Amino acid sequence: MSQTLIALVIIFTQLSVLAFGGGNTILPEMQRQVVEVHQWMSAEDFSALFALGQAAPGPNLMVVTLVGWHVAGFWGMLVTSLAKFGPSSIITIIMLHVWERFKDKPWRRHVQAGLLPVTGGLVAASALLITQASITHGFLAAITAATAIIALKTKIHPLWLLFGGALAGFFYLGTF
Amino acid sequence: MMMSTPDLLAPERPVPTTRELFLGFLGLGMTAFGGALPLAHRMIVERRKWLTDPEFVELLGLCQFLPGGNIINLSVALGMKFRGWKGALAGVTGLIAVPSMVVILLGMIYQHFQHDPNVKHLFAGLAAAAAGLLIQMAVKIALPLRKNLVLAGVAVVCFVAIALLRIPLLWVMLVMTPISVVLTARYGERFAAKPQSVPVQDEGKKEGAQ
Repeated sequence: MSQTLIALVIIFTQLSVLAFGGGNTILPEMQRQVVEVHQWMSAEDFSALFALGQAAPGPNLMVVTLVGWHVAGFWGMLVTSLAKFGPSSIITIIMLHVWERFKDKPWRRHVQAGLLPVTGGLVAASALLITQASITHGFLAAITAATAIIALKTKIHPLWLLFGGALAGFFYLGTF
Repeated sequence: MMMSTPDLLAPERPVPTTRELFLGFLGLGMTAFGGALPLAHRMIVERRKWLTDPEFVELLGLCQFLPGGNIINLSVALGMKFRGWKGALAGVTGLIAVPSMVVILLGMIYQHFQHDPNVKHLFAGLAAAAAGLLIQMAVKIALPLRKNLVLAGVAVVCFVAIALLRIPLLWVMLVMTPISVVLTARYGERFAAKPQSVPVQDEGKKEGAQ
């Protein structure tokens, strides 16, 4: 048990420090660790937990809490949340003061711009991995495609799309 | 300081207490579904007036620059700014308190009814839609890069390394981030089709050309 908790701390501390460009960039690494390295759950389960995190309110990293809870119950959740949100928060606090001093330095802009292509690649990787694990049926592929297209073309709230996807799965898949 | 006069001659701006920070972010966490940023702006700038608009943008810039979720970082930074460590703690715990409970409740439902075919279909549809949202996000971030072959190349290398070769993120970041920063600094603008495709331009540092 404590072995598992220590593993969770190590994994999520590392993810916390590496999470440049928001949460979705670290999704592939989280999946790799949780599914492939430690085999705590299947890729399908991971996708389902990710989807639940998206459907719940709050910041889009709620999958972290769920993974911790799924792997090691209450303590897993606590330890995982602390490891995920703690280190990046401490970095933020430290940088709060440093930031002002480098406000006009050109390197700050270069670093910010340089992170963008990396973020793009990582989010695309997240999309591929989650899609691969989520689509086990032709109809699910249709839901994914429709959601992506509607989200790109309209300003509809993402929660409606999640809701619609869940309903479509519920009613249509049941008829097979 | 502001050029355009605000409706009121800015009175003493309220400094939120630790309790107010907690409650403010608690409300935000409860209501923020899929993208909390617009709601955060409304709460922090418009409703509670903890920050002015330029202050909000500046702080958000820092939060996007650093690792971690933007909203998480924002709650920490804002709490720290007003009330030190206690404020930072109040902000972030307020933000994740309710979502954590909701998400675990959903997780319990999922685990309990996982093998019920109807619930299984429901969650399969939900996961498929969530994947679609991720694809949309990836397209939105990646599309502007196609105008610049160097930056697009960096993105493709990162994608292949993570998604196909499954190299640990730590190594990919350690190698690719410096490469990307150097390439962006050197070629980011030259290979770009339009100058405005480069993000934030510092106001004070306008060069003569374009």
